[in-house]
Amino acid sequence: MNMETMDQILARQAFFADFPPEFAALLAGCASNCHFKAGEYIIHEGDPADRFYLVRQGKVALEIAAPARAPVVITTLGEGQIVGMSWLVAPYRSEFDARAMEPVRAIAIDAACLRGKCEVDHHLGYEMMKRFLPVIVKRLHATRLQVLDVYGHN
Amino acid sequence: MQAARDPFVPDIYRVEQVRRELADAVTLELAPQSGTRPDFRPGQFNMLYAFGVGEVAISMSASAREKPGFVHTVRNAGAVSGALARLEPGATLGVRGPFGTGWPVAEAEGRDVVIVAGGLGLAPLRPAIQEVLARRECYGRVTILVGCRSPYDILYRHDLEQWRQRLDVTVEVTVDHAGTDWHGDVGFVTTLIPRSPFDPDKAVALVCGPEVMMRFAGGALQKAGMPASDIYLSMERNMKCAIGLCGHCQFGPAFICKDGPVLPLERIAGLLAVQEI
Repeated sequence: MNMETMDQILARQAFFADFPPEFAALLAGCASNCHFKAGEYIIHEGDPADRFYLVRQGKVALEIAAPARAPVVITTLGEGQIVGMSWLVAPYRSEFDARAMEPVRAIAIDAACLRGKCEVDHHLGYEMMKRFLPVIVKRLHATRLQVLDVYGHN
Repeated sequence: MQAARDPFVPDIYRVEQVRRELADAVTLELAPQSGTRPDFRPGQFNMLYAFGVGEVAISMSASAREKPGFVHTVRNAGAVSGALARLEPGATLGVRGPFGTGWPVAEAEGRDVVIVAGGLGLAPLRPAIQEVLARRECYGRVTILVGCRSPYDILYRHDLEQWRQRLDVTVEVTVDHAGTDWHGDVGFVTTLIPRSPFDPDKAVALVCGPEVMMRFAGGALQKAGMPASDIYLSMERNMKCAIGLCGHCQFGPAFICKDGPVLPLERIAGLLAVQEI
């Protein structure tokens, strides 16, 4: 039986479509498979943002916890989507909680490892930015529409 | 020879049944006091007259094949709609209609159908969904995407559950705000579009909801590869005469009552972001 290598798994992800082959091994060297049970927290707010995740299966809720009230779900993320953006921005601390709403299978990327490689090779850093920036912009835009509360009664 | 019907004279209908859908919205099932209900197409609307209060345009919310009378879902949003929403079984009201254009349900045969509904916008779309599902074999993939404010604001929950149980329809529901007890998606309805299973080259999209939601849903469908000519929106304006005479519902060069309410995006795309219209 042939085991799929991490390079091959990453190459199949839409997020890494057209990723330059010369960087594939560098990226794969920071990546590993991981699983989370339903209800398990993947990221805790305030923790070091030393990993981000590419969801392969399952659904994840990004939440904000507040004292004396139930957590609020900001958004949900599913297959092919990235969980964890804080690894890109100093001081590299997670901004939200991320909870597995159902069993989740993901690729975990060691962010400290990847940041180091991006610092050494800015072409790799630029390739990562080209992938992350559109996701950040899309989420900002979607959040603005959510905040508009267009279905409100006013 | 029978005299032409006067479009300004309402027929009297009786409220047969009232179903509370949401805290501020009810569905009224209406039966004609005499004669028969005229035929209508999904997407058309009636002018409902609450006696002594006024008239308001409300789309049909069930297809002609579902009920012998008219079905309308009304949100208590003002004096007239509030009076309608408070009607009880046995009450009477005036009905003029049907008016306006409908969803291109027949024209969509052989193609994928993408329904994008926001909030109460699912009501005018439900007749189209019912027609498509009644003749399911005539269509390609059918996708129903619904966005609403919170889990407490999901319209026609029972219908959505029934449609979701079918193996030949994709149904996705997302809410803008939720707690951790909600197990569905959280996010604006446009976030459902990129992951939906339709072929943009052979799909027809029917979109209804608040105007800003339709504008961005139209944009997301175009980003997914659909041409504006295959995206249809149901517009809402203050209607009075309902036959294109008074001009109250003018939207650029179109009268929503006569040329709409269902219009292709390509015809109105330039007007959707104009603040003064």
